[in-house]
Amino acid sequence: MPAVQETVERVRRIDVDQYRYGFETLIESDKAPKGLSEDTVRFISAKKNEPAWMLEWRLEAFRRWLTMTEPTWARVNYPKIDYQDIYYYAAPKPKKTLSSIDEIDPEILKTYEKLGIPLREVAILEGVEPPPGGEPSANRKIAVDAVFDSVSVATTFQKELKKAGVIFMPISEAIREHPELVQKYLGSVVPTSDNYFATLNSAVFSDGSFVYVPPGVRCPMELSTYFRINERNTGQFERTLIIADKGSYVSYLEGCTAPQRDENQLHAAVVELVALDDAEIKYSTVQNWYPGNSEGKGGIYNFVTKRGDCRGKNSKISWTQVETGSAITWKYPSCILRGDNSSGEFYSIAISNGYQQVDSGTKMIHLGKNTSSRIISKGIAAGKSQNTYRGLVSAHRKATGARNYTACDSLLIGDKCGAHTVPYVEAKNSSATFEHEATTSKISEDVLFYCIQRGLSQEEAVGLVVNGFVKDVLQQLPMEFAVEAQKLISISLEGSVG
Amino acid sequence: MNVVAKTETGRAVGDGFALVRDRLPGGGKIADLRREAFEAYERAGLPHRRIEDWKYTDLRALMREVLPLAPRPDAAALSRAAAATKPQLIGGVRRLVLVDGVFAPSLSDLGNLEKGLTIRPLRELLDAGDSALSTQAFAFDNSNPMIALNGAMATDGVVIEVADGTVLAQPLQIIHVASGGAPAAMFTRSLLRLGRDAGATLVESHLAADVATAYQTYNALVVSIGDNARFEHVRLVEDAFDAFNISSVNVSLGAHAHYSTFGLTSGAGVSRYQMTVTFAGEGSRVETNGVNLLNGKQHADTTLFMDHAVPNCASREAFRAVVDDRARSVFQGRIIVRPDAQKTDAKMMTRALLLSDEAEADNKPELEIFADDVTCGHGATTGALDESLLFYLRARGLPEKEAEALLIQAFVGEAIEQIANDALREVAIATAQRWLEARV
Repeated sequence: MPAVQETVERVRRIDVDQYRYGFETLIESDKAPKGLSEDTVRFISAKKNEPAWMLEWRLEAFRRWLTMTEPTWARVNYPKIDYQDIYYYAAPKPKKTLSSIDEIDPEILKTYEKLGIPLREVAILEGVEPPPGGEPSANRKIAVDAVFDSVSVATTFQKELKKAGVIFMPISEAIREHPELVQKYLGSVVPTSDNYFATLNSAVFSDGSFVYVPPGVRCPMELSTYFRINERNTGQFERTLIIADKGSYVSYLEGCTAPQRDENQLHAAVVELVALDDAEIKYSTVQNWYPGNSEGKGGIYNFVTKRGDCRGKNSKISWTQVETGSAITWKYPSCILRGDNSSGEFYSIAISNGYQQVDSGTKMIHLGKNTSSRIISKGIAAGKSQNTYRGLVSAHRKATGARNYTACDSLLIGDKCGAHTVPYVEAKNSSATFEHEATTSKISEDVLFYCIQRGLSQEEAVGLVVNGFVKDVLQQLPMEFAVEAQKLISISLEGSVG
Repeated sequence: MNVVAKTETGRAVGDGFALVRDRLPGGGKIADLRREAFEAYERAGLPHRRIEDWKYTDLRALMREVLPLAPRPDAAALSRAAAATKPQLIGGVRRLVLVDGVFAPSLSDLGNLEKGLTIRPLRELLDAGDSALSTQAFAFDNSNPMIALNGAMATDGVVIEVADGTVLAQPLQIIHVASGGAPAAMFTRSLLRLGRDAGATLVESHLAADVATAYQTYNALVVSIGDNARFEHVRLVEDAFDAFNISSVNVSLGAHAHYSTFGLTSGAGVSRYQMTVTFAGEGSRVETNGVNLLNGKQHADTTLFMDHAVPNCASREAFRAVVDDRARSVFQGRIIVRPDAQKTDAKMMTRALLLSDEAEADNKPELEIFADDVTCGHGATTGALDESLLFYLRARGLPEKEAEALLIQAFVGEAIEQIANDALREVAIATAQRWLEARV
């Protein structure tokens, strides 16, 4: 079918060109010397005015990293990363000490405006209509922490959150202002020795968000962090730590974009979540890093360690992710179900196009009694991409009554891509009940025919089927992100009919 | 004890080869292939858990001893072997017996071969010099270290050819018996070649004399199925409970061929069954069913690799495990659909039943899809016996163990029922029954 193939190729080219966030902000920045050594670690720590214990923690991680080797088990191929050819710290040069949002470099403000991220304390994100009848209600507000390259440039609604007792600030500030909390929880979910990329992050992380929700508090608004890589040859290594104390609730959103460049840039983040007794954390991500061009040149290498610890009884952690960006995604948001009756959820849509490679999934580790987990994963592969779901469900000896349900489906669009499923199901307790199902298929011709017969165009019909296919996941996203995600999905799949 | 070495097992295996290489049958090309295979093994060493394929079966931990090659069975060994096979006789089949890895003509039935059927011991074939057939028997993939080791060490086996258009009425049975001399290792390699439009049924049995303990058996079977041919394959593992059984089978199918297989593992302390099926012609179909019935400290690993290399083929994999005491059942299934293998229809289902709190089941049903017009699915479940069903049966007066037995029987019955040959199905049912009765 040469004609159809041509259409696919043409549309796919438009597709990659459609990356809307590929612009670059011209701004002077303050960088660490290129390369990685103990001095780099000391430089970052000094820049952040960190206490001695923090520097020691970083150095220990760095020394361990030197002894580790890069993992190769994932289904991703990339040229060897030269860790000495990266800037580990880049921050916009501050003009003076900032006392209000108006003093932020207007270039940066403009950048966020372009991205649709409100740094002024506006109530709602772009694209969401206020509810009929006027003023947006309080619970529709979103507090934003904006991370630009290696530093947090603004955090909104801090005062209002403080009133509720919620701490939401850049982690570099938290290290100085709340050392007791940071020391207690940092590295307690993802230890410095966890894996190659997490260890690297522990040594050189520069900023990220810190959230602490005190006992019994329901966080009054959605919290969100927006990550932007801007500088050339720079890696972004952010660290997020969220602690939901007994009986609290917090919903956190994360978004990411980067300029369009021919070089590959490294992003190695660590996210740690801790949920104590009866607490709940909902963590949503819309990942839209620059995916590279139609030839597979450029794009972000996204090697991320995300893990939640349901430490208390009846706690709950829910991960939702919409993955459309990055040249390479290596990411497995996991739940350690330690507390009795705790539960974990993982909802994911991963869409790959062009030459993208996705190896993503989750781990549900059942340790406590009567723990439950649910995994819904949808992978859509188009173009020449490879999309892998890799997931582990395990029940340990004492995890009596563990329950898991997994459904992972893949959809292939075109015959040059690949969709793979690698589940690991390990049960060491007889009362564990695990169910796993997966299917791989292309969009059924019968279904398409049915839609077209009723007057939809081919593209509309595909859109309808795909949206139905990913609906389970989209429903889990907070309202503000659901709108954004719908847009992302239509970008990635437009014209993919073949 | 005749033990060559302890713990440093990987190393000791190599020493073992050096010790016996001059006594192994086959010169010329076969000697070269053996050396290549051995070098491949030496490069990889004994597989361990950091090798993805062996994640759940760590031979460095499980294999504590390397045993010397079993000696040729003497008269006493042959009579112990004969006694061991007697209770396992299946009516109406042609028996081919390998005692301690050596073909035993006196226990085998080679008379009145049907027209189009040829059976020869591997050793005889190798002693006759190089041939296309002997090369085919050794043309196994050496990337798997245990297959490579088998290639280096194989002493004997059975070579079966079924000519084009020959459909065998009588099933064939290859019996691997450990006669129970001093603990030893045995290596066999067999070949089955089915021509176009041919048909055959093969049952492989692994058993041991009462006195046999702590032996190791390594077997490989190469099967090529011609266009439009049919092959039914049943495998029963009833090795001694402290024995070690590593068996590999490599099947390739022509066009419009049909292969159906069933495996039941209830014996052996540590076992691994690795199966590779390659579709080489369009329109073929494969059904694989397997059951593990494990107790004590048994460890049984079934690793299946289904290679859909061409379009329009179908495969079904159904695997069930019943795991009691401290046993561990492993299932790794991998379906790969190559880029041009459109219209592939592949399904894989694995279910595990855990009967004790210390039992373990590990499942890894993997899909690797490179073509878009396909239907592939896999499923995995793990759980205990259904409480409400147990209650129902007990409320009707059945003792607990019997109620459990009934439910287990139903669980494995669905897989056993897939065996087409009546006599073989009865044998499998009886084997499962024995396991259940021992439990009550």
